[in-house]
Amino acid sequence: MNFMDYIAAAPEMTLLGLICVVMIADLFIENENRIVTFWLSMASLLVTGVVLFATAPEARTVVFYGAYVSDPLSQVLKLGAVALVGVSFLYARDYLRANDLHKGEYYLLGLFGLLGMMIMMSANSLLPMYLGLETLALSMYALVAIDRHNVTSAESAMKYFLLGAIASGALLYGISWVYGVTGSLQFHEIAAALSADPGLNNLPLWFGLAFLIVGIAFKFGAVPFHMWLPDVYEGARTPVTLYLATAPKLAALALLYRVLVDGLGGLHDTWSTMIMFIAVLSILAGNFIAIAQTNIKRMLGYSTISHVGFILLAVYTGTQEGYAAALFYTLTYVVAAAGAFGIVILLSRRGYEAELLSDFKGLNARSPWFALMMLFLMFSMAGVPPFVGFLSKLYVISAVLEIGGIGLAVMMVLASVVGAFYYLRVIWYMYFEQNEDQAVLQASTETRLVLSLNSIAVLALGIVPGWLLALCIQVIA
Amino acid sequence: MLANYLLSFLIWFPIVGGLGLLVIGDGGDTHSSQAKLMRVAALAFTTITFLASVALYLAFNNAEPGMQFVERAPWVEAFNVWYYVGVDGISAPLILLTTFITPLVVIAGWDSIKSRPAQYFAAFLILEGLMIGVFSALDGLLFYVFWEAMLIPMFLIIGVWGGERRVYATLKFFLYTFLGSVLMLVAFIYLYLQTGGFDLFGFMNVSIGMTAQKLIFLAFLIAFAVKVPMWPVHTWLPDAHVEAPTGGSVILAAIMLKMGGYGFVRLSLPIVPDGSAYFSGLMIALSLIAIVYIGFVALMQKDMKKLIAYSSIAHMGFVTLGMFLLWSIAADTGAGLGMTGAMVQMISHGLISGAMFLCVGVMYDRMHSRQIADYGGVANTMPVFAAFMVLFSMANAGLPGTSGFVGEFMVIVASFKANFWYAFLAATTLILGAAYTLWMVKRVLYGDVANDNVAELTDLNSREFIVLAILAASVLLVGLWPAPLVDMMNTTIEQLMQQIAQSKL
Repeated sequence: MNFMDYIAAAPEMTLLGLICVVMIADLFIENENRIVTFWLSMASLLVTGVVLFATAPEARTVVFYGAYVSDPLSQVLKLGAVALVGVSFLYARDYLRANDLHKGEYYLLGLFGLLGMMIMMSANSLLPMYLGLETLALSMYALVAIDRHNVTSAESAMKYFLLGAIASGALLYGISWVYGVTGSLQFHEIAAALSADPGLNNLPLWFGLAFLIVGIAFKFGAVPFHMWLPDVYEGARTPVTLYLATAPKLAALALLYRVLVDGLGGLHDTWSTMIMFIAVLSILAGNFIAIAQTNIKRMLGYSTISHVGFILLAVYTGTQEGYAAALFYTLTYVVAAAGAFGIVILLSRRGYEAELLSDFKGLNARSPWFALMMLFLMFSMAGVPPFVGFLSKLYVISAVLEIGGIGLAVMMVLASVVGAFYYLRVIWYMYFEQNEDQAVLQASTETRLVLSLNSIAVLALGIVPGWLLALCIQVIA
Repeated sequence: MLANYLLSFLIWFPIVGGLGLLVIGDGGDTHSSQAKLMRVAALAFTTITFLASVALYLAFNNAEPGMQFVERAPWVEAFNVWYYVGVDGISAPLILLTTFITPLVVIAGWDSIKSRPAQYFAAFLILEGLMIGVFSALDGLLFYVFWEAMLIPMFLIIGVWGGERRVYATLKFFLYTFLGSVLMLVAFIYLYLQTGGFDLFGFMNVSIGMTAQKLIFLAFLIAFAVKVPMWPVHTWLPDAHVEAPTGGSVILAAIMLKMGGYGFVRLSLPIVPDGSAYFSGLMIALSLIAIVYIGFVALMQKDMKKLIAYSSIAHMGFVTLGMFLLWSIAADTGAGLGMTGAMVQMISHGLISGAMFLCVGVMYDRMHSRQIADYGGVANTMPVFAAFMVLFSMANAGLPGTSGFVGEFMVIVASFKANFWYAFLAATTLILGAAYTLWMVKRVLYGDVANDNVAELTDLNSREFIVLAILAASVLLVGLWPAPLVDMMNTTIEQLMQQIAQSKL
């Protein structure tokens, strides 16, 4: 171990140090000054982001005896996660203050979760991967329960915890089988062991692989391990849902990519079939069940499931294009998801949760600007050009067609048409219905500004996608 | 220098204007001076766009078979997508139609739009730019982006400013057309993987096996047949037309339906000629069903907008018939006639159906009813209006001297060369079209004044008069002197016919 090792892990260590500072500082902050914790957290994120930039690796660097990797992929994912957590904090602030939930815990747990995600993104071995995952998961269980007097929040937190613990157990069980067969926990050694001895590619390994995939699918919320997702999305307070729905998806992608591609890439023939079934089921179930929802958070939950299906199908291809498409899809999807939940938060106010679809009725009369922003976000999620959601779907479909999956491609586009219906319903409520709720939207200037930029980003990225596509391709290659 | 960017100007100028209107807004008050300013701005933007398109017409070289005003710049390098636009003799007339109709729609909506005028006009401006984009895109993905993006403003126009069942109608419109076009996207991606880019000329030059050609043709067919619309995927159109505000109906009938026909000419025929030949019998059959069966359906309508909507489907049947006749005609006897007829029919139908919907809009603004039964003897109280409506109805029925005659006549002559029975069935439209249109005219305009509401009607105001007069003049111009229009298309169509004749297997 040498000094260079610490440089590669500097962002995580910086973040951990800053979290400790914020945590101690928060103890001495009176409730009415809780805003200081917010600004300290934002400053921590900023510093972490700067350190990330400063320590950007030229090439793939593996440190800490092979347990930890710093490469362009982890860099991009970490930057995305830091930015998304910052945006979540900003959108959450006004809501939490208005609902007497403005406690330091939201920010602290959010930062701890981020630390977990960053460790997952840089894990080069199954053990740090698992540790990062648990750091993230424990923070999220607590975050969901942050409003402990709220029965639905508490219930969904408990459900999330129980199911999450089972999934972690499955993952750990799978890890032990993989370790037993290949004799290593490190991804590159697993890959080397597999290519050295093709005989390992056999039933015991497949058995372990199945458990790994269960764990991964649970973290993504893919069918049939999706049961927790709509309940948690609905039960958690909206800022928590916003947090859950954005950055952790990037961490889940890292988990998927590191384990299945870096580690078990040699087993592509085996896992691709499993992934394909999960993906197809997610796309179909997500889109069809979302139609029946009346709660927008639940609806967006099912919509997430269908988007996860697209991401998984991109990975299923096993090609460079597919992996780049999965990365592009995830990065652009979380931007749209952050905006959509941001608007749900914007419509809420003290003692009033705007979480029913009908709360969107007549938004165009109340605020033409944010109705337009939500229109951008919904059309982007539906995959209608010129918004970026179209390009990300196009990329995935193109990658799938490239390996000859015409049937899958047709299924994807037809499912998108089904999906279009429930996104259009939001627009229908906003534009074609009369408003029952006349309240003026309350939000600080910076929230309005960032939320607008966030929503315009889905249009801007759709029109000028070149740099992000190039980045994704470069990162994967 | 300016000519190098003329097409981009035509596409982006209205879109930028529309976004400007959207951002500034009307302050929530229809009668405020700000709302008035927005109306004037909308008219200014569309008029300038029209003048720019006149410049395009003047600079257009009829003798050039290829693309003109070409602009090409890389857009998404990862997919080899280009911002690649240009016009030829097929797209230029349709662009002129678009820029010609949109200002009229703005004038027609001047004070009949009571709520959110700024958003209304913004939607039309953005729609105009996107439609011009569809007609000028030469890159498959660019084409698709414009094609789909166009649905968004139309979805809102029908949904926000439409009639009673607007939500049902607009969702049906969106989902039908979206479903139609996604399969086209799969076909585009397939072609992209074959050619390494989305360039339409690349698609046209690559050789494709017969099975793939058939599948691609079917994927395109679903997209374009929904748009045209062809029987049996036409059911969204009557709903959309009936519920849309007047301006929306006009744009829908006059321009958006033409995109289906344009798609066949620009994509299906040159990219998959063998697939098109294989399915030409099916296409002719569907077109004839549209002409005859939908003609009968139109006869039975009680709602004026529905009647015109069905008549649109029947008239668009001529477009698809004219396009797919060419394999039934010996090449030396002028197979291009059907194609030319189809193109002229598209322009002419754009003018006539737009005018018919505007006429219904004039009556609807006064009576708030589209039911034929609520009218009767309108000619007594609105004589000037009645004169215009009779002219447009005659044109709709294909009276010689109006634009409606030219295209239909060409297509019928071409179908005679192909098969007597094709011509026989196609020619029934002369009877059916006259029957449903003139019967409606008789019930609405003539006879005694039917009720007190009709007795209180006031004739056209100057704004309505100008719009209808301009349309009447253009209908007569194209009818009496179609040569400039046909000359514009001829070279391109000749070249297209040669291209289609070559097998790509």
